Amino acid sequence: MSTIVRPKRVQSQSRNRRVSLGVTYTILVLMSIIWLVPLIWIILSAFRCEYQLDGTFIGRVTSNFFPKQFGFKNFSDLFTATYYGVPKAFPRWMLNTLIIAVIDCLISTFLVLSVAYCMSKLKFKLRKPFMNITMIIGLFPGFMSMIAIYFLLKSIGLTGNPQHPEYSVIGLILAYSAGAGLGFQIAKGFFDVIPNALVESAKLDGCTNFKIFRRIILPLAKPIIIYQALMSFTGPWMDFIFAKVIIGADNPKFWTVSVGLYSLLFGTHPDTNLFTQFAAGCVIVAIPIVTLFMFLQKYYVEGVTAGAVKG
Amino acid sequence: MDSKSKKDPKMKSNIFSPIGKFFKNIKRMFLSGSVGTKLSYLIFGAGNLYHKQYIKGAIFLLLQVAIILFMVLCPSINGTPYGYKALANLSLKNVSEGGDFDPLTGHFTTGSDCKLMILFGFVTIAVIVIYFILWYKNIQSSFKADMDKKIGKKPTTFREDLASLFDQKFHITMLTPTCIAALIFTVLPTIFMIALAFTTYNDQDMNNLGTKLFHWNGVQNFAAVFTGEGSLGVEIKNRFLPVLGWTFIWAIFATLSCYFGGIILALLINKKGLKGKKIFRTVFIMTIAVPQFISLLAVRNLLGEYGPFNTMLQNLGWTTQPIGFLGQKPGDSELLAKVMVIIVNMWVGIPYTMLMTSGILMNIPADLYEAARVDGASTTKMFFKITLPYVIFITTPYLISSFVGNINSFNTIYLLTGGGPTYTGYQAGGTDLLVTWLYKVTIDQGSYNTGAVIGIFTFLITATITLITYRRSKAYNEEDTFQ
Repeated sequence: MSTIVRPKRVQSQSRNRRVSLGVTYTILVLMSIIWLVPLIWIILSAFRCEYQLDGTFIGRVTSNFFPKQFGFKNFSDLFTATYYGVPKAFPRWMLNTLIIAVIDCLISTFLVLSVAYCMSKLKFKLRKPFMNITMIIGLFPGFMSMIAIYFLLKSIGLTGNPQHPEYSVIGLILAYSAGAGLGFQIAKGFFDVIPNALVESAKLDGCTNFKIFRRIILPLAKPIIIYQALMSFTGPWMDFIFAKVIIGADNPKFWTVSVGLYSLLFGTHPDTNLFTQFAAGCVIVAIPIVTLFMFLQKYYVEGVTAGAVKG
Repeated sequence: MDSKSKKDPKMKSNIFSPIGKFFKNIKRMFLSGSVGTKLSYLIFGAGNLYHKQYIKGAIFLLLQVAIILFMVLCPSINGTPYGYKALANLSLKNVSEGGDFDPLTGHFTTGSDCKLMILFGFVTIAVIVIYFILWYKNIQSSFKADMDKKIGKKPTTFREDLASLFDQKFHITMLTPTCIAALIFTVLPTIFMIALAFTTYNDQDMNNLGTKLFHWNGVQNFAAVFTGEGSLGVEIKNRFLPVLGWTFIWAIFATLSCYFGGIILALLINKKGLKGKKIFRTVFIMTIAVPQFISLLAVRNLLGEYGPFNTMLQNLGWTTQPIGFLGQKPGDSELLAKVMVIIVNMWVGIPYTMLMTSGILMNIPADLYEAARVDGASTTKMFFKITLPYVIFITTPYLISSFVGNINSFNTIYLLTGGGPTYTGYQAGGTDLLVTWLYKVTIDQGSYNTGAVIGIFTFLITATITLITYRRSKAYNEEDTFQ
């Protein structure tokens, strides 16, 4: 008897599993589609090249999801057009953002690593108070101090400076990277996992704390360095509100790319007919960032997971 | 654990002991220190010079001279002085109205700039604090040299001091850049904005009165929540509670929907026997990697009045008129906009939680499930009895920080609805959170005092939640044992 019953049970089990796997696939595929639709739509819009009967280009949002005609006009227009009185504004904004991102990445990563190492591996009196204070400061909404930072930078001529509008870029870099050291928690969580015994034994061998940091901790910290660098490099490409306030609406030449693209559609001179060019700009901004994320996926996931436990 | 709970009350009773110790130390060092140490109570670096630590002494002395010069000479920027004058200016009395506007510098040729007066006043206070820290450090340093001498050791040379900055005092080297940067760009601005909450700094009021000056006005701006006085008083009085309530509802729904949605998605992707895990994960990571201003503006246009989604609904014959999903027009439904914002936010937040919980899910000990299976537990039961408690236990700190993060979630609201649907006469629209309201009030309206009040309320809310939950959590209390 039992020999007949068992295969039946196995059969029904495997059928159950197959059904549930099928359901899972369906849900996942559906979800993937939902998640991709806005992105696909932006890409399609970027390549849209439709004309009205009288020959004028249709750049606004249209009701059809799929374009009737494709072309590269949006891209070529984007790179040559004058926006807000700035000739070839888009390449200029890309360059501004790249400069800001690279410098911010270097400064922020250095600050975060140094603070995280101190908090994790060095013992000193003010360690706990320092951690509590940083936590309390972190609870103030960043937008509150944003305007104060603007006043501060303006008073020393690092923004809103009529003679040197380019100084705003320095101001924005300072605004981005100065507070970076206070976001040390994830890196600290990472350093906490490095066994203390390693540090202790190096100390017994006569290593200074600096040497321990450079020779032992840093080589082990590659994943978290990459994570921090990725975060601070992509930050300026993603943020737009800080850049908008610090650089100022009257300084379009030194906008970052996000402020510029936003201003095409919603700025002081919005133009709904620039939507397809906006979409083309989005594609150009998104490609390098998404590629970076894909290449460094492993490190990104590691950092995110560490953040989950450490908060 | 036991030793910890015993230690706690003792630590609480001793909160003020460091201060007492500090003053005792100052007295002790003066009485038992050498002539040099006694002299360094007045002149920085005197003790170090006395012990022939010339470079160190010179640095202390230079710093003292520099700070005193700063205080006495009162260097000024755009006509607003630092130094002792800045302290006097903090009262915002004796201010004078501006003369001609100089377009080149963006300042008035004469007259006071009240916001700079407050800012520089706080900078000067910070400099005074630094002066006293240096004073204490200089005495300590001299006293240490005394002690070294007493036990027959040579006082440390400058080279040794430098070397110690890379060893015993390495934390000072490592923390100084962050401390200076954070002091100037985080702490000072925060204090400055808190101060503005107690002033009449409001472009509208000042324009009405035809003045460029403002003054302190106590807690009137806070009282406006009840009294409705001031230029934005009516707005604050009528809109504060609705915005606050919505901020809470938003934070609760946004946090929970993304959290549980993310866990479910992670479970689906990590299902045994599922092929193409990597492809699915990549799809969702991609949506994280795309900058929010792109994806959110895309969604906004997609759902817009003439966008493809509304057209599709009309072509299907489900609606005749375009639906204002995101409250773009004043008459649009507030409830619909709120629901849509929460739904679109799931689009933003779920992949993130999925990534985070994936790792945790894989670390759940397999024998837990094995045992449950032997006992005949169903899959649903295992999810609610094993998976969920385990994940929630580990990610509590994240839950708290994501709740706080959602209270401050600026991008989603600003980019999707811009706070709309708007109401005539008010800045705060139907979906405005405290932070987006704060932004509109300060940046668009120039009501810095009202904005600061909103900011302080936001801080009080997030601080209360965090302190209550976080200080009780294991991650905080056993932070040391984690290492």
